[in-house]
Amino acid sequence: MHDWPLLSLLIWLPIVGGFALLALGASRARAARILGLLVAIATLALCVPLFLGFDRADGGMQFLERVPWVPAFGIDYHLGIDGISLVLILLTAITTVLTLIGAWSSVEDRVPVYYAAFLLLEGMMIGVFSALDAALFYVFFEGMLLPMFLIIGMWGGPRRVYASLKFFLYTFLGSVFMLVGLIYLYTQAGSFEIAKFAGLSLGRMEQTLLFFAFLIAFAIKVPMWPVHTWLPDAHVEAPTGGSVILAAIMLKIGGYGFLRFPLPITPDACMEWAWLVVLLSLVAVVYIGFVALAQEDMKKLIAYSSISHMGFVTLGIFLPFALLEQGATDAARLAVHGAMVQMISHGFVSGALFSCVGVLYDRMHSRMIGDYGGVANVMPRFAALFVLFAMANAGLPGTSGFVGEFMVVLAAFQASPWIAAAAALTLILGAAYTLWLVKRVIFGAEANAEVASLKDLQSHELLTLFGFAFFVLLLGVWPAIAVDLMDASVVALLTRLGFGGN
Amino acid sequence: MNEFAFGLSLLLPELVVLSGLCVLLLLDLWISPSRRGITHFLALLTLAFAALLTLREFHVPGEVGKAFGGMFLRDAMSDGLKTALYLLTGAVFVYGRGYLAERGLWKGEFYVLVLAALLGMMALTSAGNLLAVYLGLELMALSSYALVAFDRDAPKSSEAAIKYFVLGALASGLMLYGMSMLYGASGSLDLASIRQAALDGSASPELLRLGTVFLIAGIAFKFGAAPFHTWLPDVYQGSPSAITLFVGSLPKVAAFAMAYRLLEGGLSPLLEFWRPILIAIAMLSLSLGNVVALAQSNLKRMLAYSNMLHVGFILIGLSSGTTYGYASAMVYTLFYTVAAAGAFGTIVVLSARGFEAERIEDYRGLARRAPWHAFLMMLLMASLAGFPPLFGFFAKILILKAVIGAELIEVAVFALIFAVVGAFYYLRIVKLMFFDEPAEERIPAPAADPAVRFALSVNALIQLLALFAWGPLLAFSLATFS
Repeated sequence: MHDWPLLSLLIWLPIVGGFALLALGASRARAARILGLLVAIATLALCVPLFLGFDRADGGMQFLERVPWVPAFGIDYHLGIDGISLVLILLTAITTVLTLIGAWSSVEDRVPVYYAAFLLLEGMMIGVFSALDAALFYVFFEGMLLPMFLIIGMWGGPRRVYASLKFFLYTFLGSVFMLVGLIYLYTQAGSFEIAKFAGLSLGRMEQTLLFFAFLIAFAIKVPMWPVHTWLPDAHVEAPTGGSVILAAIMLKIGGYGFLRFPLPITPDACMEWAWLVVLLSLVAVVYIGFVALAQEDMKKLIAYSSISHMGFVTLGIFLPFALLEQGATDAARLAVHGAMVQMISHGFVSGALFSCVGVLYDRMHSRMIGDYGGVANVMPRFAALFVLFAMANAGLPGTSGFVGEFMVVLAAFQASPWIAAAAALTLILGAAYTLWLVKRVIFGAEANAEVASLKDLQSHELLTLFGFAFFVLLLGVWPAIAVDLMDASVVALLTRLGFGGN
Repeated sequence: MNEFAFGLSLLLPELVVLSGLCVLLLLDLWISPSRRGITHFLALLTLAFAALLTLREFHVPGEVGKAFGGMFLRDAMSDGLKTALYLLTGAVFVYGRGYLAERGLWKGEFYVLVLAALLGMMALTSAGNLLAVYLGLELMALSSYALVAFDRDAPKSSEAAIKYFVLGALASGLMLYGMSMLYGASGSLDLASIRQAALDGSASPELLRLGTVFLIAGIAFKFGAAPFHTWLPDVYQGSPSAITLFVGSLPKVAAFAMAYRLLEGGLSPLLEFWRPILIAIAMLSLSLGNVVALAQSNLKRMLAYSNMLHVGFILIGLSSGTTYGYASAMVYTLFYTVAAAGAFGTIVVLSARGFEAERIEDYRGLARRAPWHAFLMMLLMASLAGFPPLFGFFAKILILKAVIGAELIEVAVFALIFAVVGAFYYLRIVKLMFFDEPAEERIPAPAADPAVRFALSVNALIQLLALFAWGPLLAFSLATFS
């Protein structure tokens, strides 16, 4: 199995499957659902040998594939993964399967195109996580936008056109600066290989400019305050599946990008400007937490909560720079691990919450909190799962949401108690907006006759939510399963940043 | 005598096109309108034959054939560009047939004029002498004027032709004036000699610079770059769509070849002088064209303004004056002409049964009416917007690499920001096609001619297939200009 080009298969199987679905024609809904799900499951199955064959002790790139693509331009089709990419690829494959199961009955219009768009997205997202060539990375990075643009624009809500264009142009604008940066690095390094970029010795001015080029691109993707405004719009208008993928995976590409590009390539500029990123992250955590508290729309609330949670990710990624002077290697390791665990956890939790909102929306065609109340009386199974995910979102110990935040806060304490204090505010704020949401939607008396006539979960919805619940709990009680995979890679990254070995 | 015969054999493709158009001109008089298919077929045959002759003696990079004492050059660039020109002309014939037939414009003269313009472009790509440049330019321009006026009873069409003619004549005059200065300064019409004279300082630098300015004005006019763009929107909109298809795509290839022959072949010692001029024109085109394109409601007009975005990129590539710059500009030119031919081709194909699919509104809900055409149009629009993994993206990063390599990073950032603006109006078309419901009025389904469908599909899918082909294309271009 080791000789198989596993990564290429993982990328191209869904893409080819997506095109096959497009060729089915617009009317064969049932066939498209089955075929689409089979392709997604096959992709997930391909992750098993990847997971088993991965050498956890090795912090370098594994499963390498390299074919010259455009020799005249120094571009290779160069794939490989380390622990950081591996966990994100697993997250992608799992979430796509769950999303496609969840979409079984919620989309009736142009089903083959819908499923095809998700498969194309899956392939390209795996491509982003496994590309070792900057040009290839950029192609996948940008290529994702078009299927997502179509998903929001074709199956979205009433303001879908505004939301999809805003999403597209925002992200596109961010990434063009990165493109200039990547081409500049290419002219210096003579090749698009990311590892070669990291080996360049760049001047202070160059590093600063490059750092900001990357910062703009990835900050928009994450999204960080104040460039987050596209996210609530996109989430509110996107169909359920689109929201799930957007929150669970696409946002993670921003965090992943930070780990892959600015940290190793422009470490001095990162050091110099880490305060800015930390500050913006804390603003996201605290201020956006308050914003979430004020939302009337469930999807918007979860969208703002996503921004707030992603603030922890950027905080964890840039905390090591605050710890470098003390040489606190263990704390830095904890911070980066925390950021990664938070990404995975947020992937499952936010995916699950958006699926829950989708379940309600399919029945009531409303996302407004005010239209609900007392759902627990008529949908007990749904209510149980929803409360579980809400608890995970609030960071309850035993769920995955606790682990990442705890690790980051712990590391932040080493850097500065003030950072830790501000970050820890989220435990209060997160609990406040999430539990208040639960109280208003789930508990109490049935709000109106429509709520009273709601039907509990259908089997495919149950399957999706159980899937998410499984991973939320698994990561909550046994985070080592993810941490062990990443540890060698994280240590390798920190060593490059100047931390002593352990 | 021997030398003359040798030189003439280099011109075989041109001779084939010339004799083809003469034969068609006469033959068409004896063919009844109901059998005009013969003319169509013979025109395509002429192209195929010319292509065969070009490919049979394809000059690999580094190999240069000269005829008429260096007036006519045949090298890898000319052969490569000519091959592209044949294919695009063939596409023009295939797409235009149904459109013209329906409007009573399907006449033999269409083929004759297009072939004449093609001949002019071929002469331009091979020009090694100012006279040859001017001859090719005028042959192309005069045929284009007549083509724009092809629907002679339509006021809009005639108006466009008059505008085109008057401004075109002015541009030709400017160019001729510039050429006279180069001649005066160097004492030669031969581009290689002019270059030599500029290098060794025997020519008056002031006069050369003044001449260069006039030549660049002419080049910018042919590209449709600001501030010489005013003819462009009216001509694009006023011509019958099948003619817009021709005028809006192929001449860019010729303009690129002309720019290269003049600027690199003749005036490369003045690089430092003409570079800022090109950059200024490019920046003006990028900003003006893009912003005005946002406000258009007619698709042909929007594409006319967006043409300036792409011309801006081509000029930026040329301005770097390096092997890489020329190669990237050539790749970009080829990308743009193919994509523009596809976009105008879609307009032509969708304009069936007396309906003109010109307004942007007409594309509302196209994905429901004609899913395949909508998909192809989406590919074209996304590629023009510079979206990976399509051709337009690769063409753009080549240009960016060239300018960043020439230490002009601010130019690259400027161009990219306007590329994002461009993405907006291209995406708007995608949005209309896919997100909106079809308009109330009944819009006819596109023509179902399989040849048209096939050609259009290939044309649009090239944007995607470039994923695999742009490496070799780049390698060829780099070898050509090194």
